[in-house]
Amino acid sequence: MIDRGEATDSVRPPAAHSPKKPTKPAAKTGRFTSTNGKKAVMAVTGAIMVLFLIGHVLGNLKVFSGAQSFNDYAEFLRTAGEPAVPRRTVLTLVEIVLVLAVGLHMWSAISLARRAAKARPVKYAAKRKNQAGGYATRTMRWGGVIIVLFLIWHLLDLTFGVANPAGSAGLPYDRMVQGFAPERWWVTLFYAVSLVMVGLHLRHGLWSAVQTLGLASGRTRKGLQLAAAAFSLVLVIGFLAVPFAVMIGVVK
Amino acid sequence: MKYTVGEPIQDTKAPEGPVEDRWDKRRFSAKLVNPANKRKLRVIVIGTGLAGGSAAATLGELGYQVTSFCYQDSPRRAHSIAAQGGINAAKNYRGDGDSIYRLFYDTVKGGDFRSRESNVYRLAQVSVNIIDQAVAQGVPFAREYGGLLDTRSFGGAQVSRTFYARGQTGQQLLLGAYQALERQIAAGTVTMHTRHEMLDLVVSDGRARGVIVRDMVTGEIETHLADAVVLASGGYGNVFFLSTNAKGCNTTAIWRAHRRGAYFGNPCYTQIHPTCIPVSGEYQSKLTLMSESLRNDGRVWVPKLKGDSRPASDIPEDERDYYLERIYPSFGNLVPRDIASRAAKNVCDEGRGVGPGGLGVYLDFADAIRRLGRDAVEKKYGNLFEMYERITGENPYDQPMRIYPAVHYTMGGLWVDYDLQSTIPGLFVIGEANFSDHGANRLGASALMQGLADGYFVLPTTVGDYLAGSGSFGEVAQEDVDEAVDQVRGKIQRLLAVQGDRSADSFHRELGKIMWDYCGMERSEESLRKALELIPALREEFWRRVKVTGTNEELNQALERAGRVADFFELAELMCLDALHRTESCGGHFRAESQTEEGEALRDDENFAYVAAWEWNPDGTPVLHKEELEYEYVKMTQRSYK
Amino acid sequence: MSGMNLTLRVWRQKGPDDEGRMATYKVEDVSPDMSFLEMLDVLNDRLIVAGDEPIAFDHDCREGICGMCGMVINGVAHGEQRATTTCQLHMRHFKDGDTITIEPWRASAFPVVKDLVVDRSAFDRIIQAGGFISVPAGSAPDAHSVPVPKDSADAAFDAATCIGCGACVAACPNGSASLFTAAKITHLGLLPQGQPERDSRAKAMVEQMDAEGFGGCTNTGECTVVCPKGISLDAIARMNRDYLSAK
Ligand SMILES: Cc1cc2nc3c(=O)[nH]c(=O)nc-3n(C[C@H](O)[C@H](O)[C@H](O)COP(=O)(O)OP(=O)(O)OC[C@H]3O[C@@H](n4cnc5c(N)ncnc54)[C@H](O)[C@@H]3O)c2cc1C
Ligand code: HEM
Ligand code: HEM
Ligand code: SF4
Ligand code: F3S
Ligand code: FES
Repeated sequence: MIDRGEATDSVRPPAAHSPKKPTKPAAKTGRFTSTNGKKAVMAVTGAIMVLFLIGHVLGNLKVFSGAQSFNDYAEFLRTAGEPAVPRRTVLTLVEIVLVLAVGLHMWSAISLARRAAKARPVKYAAKRKNQAGGYATRTMRWGGVIIVLFLIWHLLDLTFGVANPAGSAGLPYDRMVQGFAPERWWVTLFYAVSLVMVGLHLRHGLWSAVQTLGLASGRTRKGLQLAAAAFSLVLVIGFLAVPFAVMIGVVK
Repeated sequence: MKYTVGEPIQDTKAPEGPVEDRWDKRRFSAKLVNPANKRKLRVIVIGTGLAGGSAAATLGELGYQVTSFCYQDSPRRAHSIAAQGGINAAKNYRGDGDSIYRLFYDTVKGGDFRSRESNVYRLAQVSVNIIDQAVAQGVPFAREYGGLLDTRSFGGAQVSRTFYARGQTGQQLLLGAYQALERQIAAGTVTMHTRHEMLDLVVSDGRARGVIVRDMVTGEIETHLADAVVLASGGYGNVFFLSTNAKGCNTTAIWRAHRRGAYFGNPCYTQIHPTCIPVSGEYQSKLTLMSESLRNDGRVWVPKLKGDSRPASDIPEDERDYYLERIYPSFGNLVPRDIASRAAKNVCDEGRGVGPGGLGVYLDFADAIRRLGRDAVEKKYGNLFEMYERITGENPYDQPMRIYPAVHYTMGGLWVDYDLQSTIPGLFVIGEANFSDHGANRLGASALMQGLADGYFVLPTTVGDYLAGSGSFGEVAQEDVDEAVDQVRGKIQRLLAVQGDRSADSFHRELGKIMWDYCGMERSEESLRKALELIPALREEFWRRVKVTGTNEELNQALERAGRVADFFELAELMCLDALHRTESCGGHFRAESQTEEGEALRDDENFAYVAAWEWNPDGTPVLHKEELEYEYVKMTQRSYK
Repeated sequence: MSGMNLTLRVWRQKGPDDEGRMATYKVEDVSPDMSFLEMLDVLNDRLIVAGDEPIAFDHDCREGICGMCGMVINGVAHGEQRATTTCQLHMRHFKDGDTITIEPWRASAFPVVKDLVVDRSAFDRIIQAGGFISVPAGSAPDAHSVPVPKDSADAAFDAATCIGCGACVAACPNGSASLFTAAKITHLGLLPQGQPERDSRAKAMVEQMDAEGFGGCTNTGECTVVCPKGISLDAIARMNRDYLSAK
């Protein structure tokens, strides 16, 4: 009747949590270094990046109005604010904000993930059934990593041009057209995969940000989740329209 | 089993004078402790239910040093959490004619004239403050659309004075007390020990001065000393094994205090609750109560025909016997618990019971659903219906529920005076653990009221009065501590040493069956004598054959249970003895020999208008001390709910 | 009588310092009307008679209200039955021949004490940090002096039904206690009586939750699904809002 079984993973609890210790002094955490605070940082920086993406996708779609229009737009990005401020001031500011946002977003994501790993060191032996769909935490973290890898490649490719056949000297339009040329189908594929990740990230991230900032409620949650999904889908389609158009030759 | 009769109890310390002034008088005469001294005085509180939790929080707030214990892993889990129906208070928010006096009157009458007028009056007075206190703490009582508190009526009352929080009143009130307690723990006035079980009382120089507890995680036997000890360890209904009480409820704390000299009051008064889910099998570990509030809208019936095995829906209206409405036209389905329970037993004894074994009656909501609509019924009782369905697998919207009486509450407990002090000076007993306010039968929604009255309002005053004299308390003698520790260790060693072949649970189950069959809803000289034969024999077998695995020095649930069962054995005998000596019927104690022609309980006020306070006697013959009961305000009448 | 025959894989761990392992037991003749805990009682009784230590597990009320029971059954806290505590789970939801895996709550803030028993005192300390309204006994005004709109009272009640069982922590992939903490913040924060301490309560409780070593919430939503009282994610949103806007 009784089979005593073998040892599985070691589950010695961390020494600090011995049951004999009744009270622990609360570690000092500030408004933005508590778990809640970090989440808020993630939500706000996420929102900034989303705003950027909206602008970015609209800009990208100018490709369809021709090389001139797209290059003008790229040029505009660099000359915005002139002559009040020198060339690239606005763009640099935007870039600084973006870098900060990515940095802070990653900092909170990583520190929360590490904290979570410490808070739940032992896995269940029974294959865990995710009750709530539960793809979110998995995709958010791995998805985030893929997005970062993508960003690095993307900047090397289209911003600095080092990984682009048109080179750093090429005009933005040429970089795009040559970068997504049909023989470079793997680039397009990589973009497509990454964008799907971005889409998934946003599908959860968008309503999650609203929830994190305490703005969601039972009545709006379902609607929010739908809106987030719809928005992500439109965004992904908008972005992918460009490389696919280039690949199939609609944009040359 | 023999007993002797000792000195009657003369003085209960209740002040003289008009009943409505007595509590004021007592409060005014109570000596006060100055704030600087309070910090030096320590009070131990056993239990964190409504009584213990509120007492510890209040004493801490007042500035005493409090040490608090419970056997669960958190004070929030005390059995009070399970109370469903509500809490009474004489607020008269409805203007339906309620008053302190009426609550007092109803409680004395409901208790079948076996409680003290002074205590009950005070309870009714204080009830009003309890609601204020709970609301201020954030207890989310049910409200009406205007934002004011809602009330409902409950068994045994014709006014609507029961405040409730859906079907979870006990939970919400306990969380209020628990939160107040946690606040004091954070403030450092209360030191909380969870997973600690009190196993003995330290009495030194005639005063209660501390407790011996077992740390249930490490097995360590610890001594805690104090200037006063408060027991709030709840009721002992689990002596029947099957009851509506939580599995851990036990008699250990009060029983061991009894063995150290505290008298035990009215041990045989047990309340059998009429609306529980019937037993479904041999393995059953506890019974689940369906809130009594269901009787407000549900109608109780059985088939008119004996052994009618048709499904409820096939039994036509005119072949149904709505027996409570028939026998008690003015109270109908709302008669007090003891009456409703016995009526159910009677119809089942006649062979008209329904469900497995014929041990059940229907509680039917078809009429209510027709009258109020399914939605309204669902709003009011939805969670209870769900609970019923989860347990039985039957849907009460489609077919009537089956209910049967089950042991629910023990009116008996340690004897206390008006100050809630036991016969051991410095040992106070509150909540269900004492015998005080409900006489031979408790009205629905009055236990929560009593626990909180004791803990928030009465005890803090009377303990203060006692502690004002603490200057004269001596040091606790080491040999008194050592002796108690030895007792505790000795008992644990004995349990571990038996190494028999039966689990403690199996003995408990058997003891419970004896108690239910012979000392349950109906008792007779014959059945009680039978029980008094069977119990000692089973106890002897227990000490020969019980098997306790493991050691003391670890978390050992087998050992915890065995210790509790051992105490239940001793208590069970005293209960049967008490039931045997009280040859009258009163409230929850129904002696077959003493009934009216219609089969109602027949009191014998001539001979039994007293509290039976039993003194432990090491040689096995308990000593009975009688406290005569006098009624100046409520005339003793035969109770009638017809 | 022939009931179901089941195979149980149960986590056994002698104490906090023991490594622990899964052990396998066969339980025969289980009635579908038994509760899950009664099924374990039957096994334990047999173990005791056989001289083996019974499986330690926490339980008390056995009617779904005290919050003491809790085990992860087949990977789901309190089992797959929704809105049900372990003690209220009945064997009629299992089939003859099933293998059932039973594990304790897993979270480092809930260290295992023995077998399926864990230490949840961290919850008490979160309440200590601010989960109350300060009101000394006897100082309260008349209960009708502050009317509370019915919908606030009802919403507060919904949050107040939390039984402190810890299933939310056990289910959360981050080991977060957000749902538990948020339920209390919501209960008290929705009532007029709770307003004076609302800011300090939210801050103190969230920070205590962190100090206990629980993880942060990433809005996975597992907690609310296993919660026997169906506490909603609204509570967490409200906690977030109260925390961020607290002065
Ligand atoms: C299912 C049910 C429903 C009820 N519904 C209602 C209702 O609607 N209205 C009403 O008025 N009453 C109701 N009652 C009765 C009421 O709930 C109880 O009488 C009351 O809650 C008892 O409170 P208490 O504080 O005295 O004890 P409990 O709440 O039982 O607390 C006992 C405490 O003592 C501790 N303890 C016990 N033994 C030891 C020991 N040896 N060592 C250390 N600690 C120990 C426990 O840990 C616990 O903290 C109901 C009872 C039941 C069973
Ligand atoms: C740099 C790599 C990235 C990583 C590692 C990362 C990781 C994460 C993680 C772990 C979350 C938390 C999920 C949650 O709390 O529900 C999150 C949330 C979010 N992310 Fe990212 N992400 C990255 C990039 C991005 C980008 C580029 C965007 C915008 C386009 C973005 C937008 C968001 C938003 C809006 C949220 C929701 C915030 C919240 O839940 O409060 N993220 N991210
Ligand atoms: C198929 C989709 C995309 C295309 C075709 C595209 C195209 C481009 C191009 C052409 C530039 C250079 C603009 C310039 O230098 O003027 C650029 C810059 C950039 N892109 Fe994208 N992009 C895509 C998707 C994304 C995504 C999904 C992200 C973020 C997650 C992103 C982030 C950036 C950033 C941060 C810059 C740099 C902006 C700056 O230098 O200020 N892009 N992109
Ligand atoms: S929120 Fe739900 S799951 Fe969490 S402790 Fe409370 S009742 Fe249990
Ligand atoms: S499962 Fe965990 S991540 Fe948040 S929503 Fe619940 S606490
Ligand atoms: S034992 Fe109380 S909730 Fe399960």
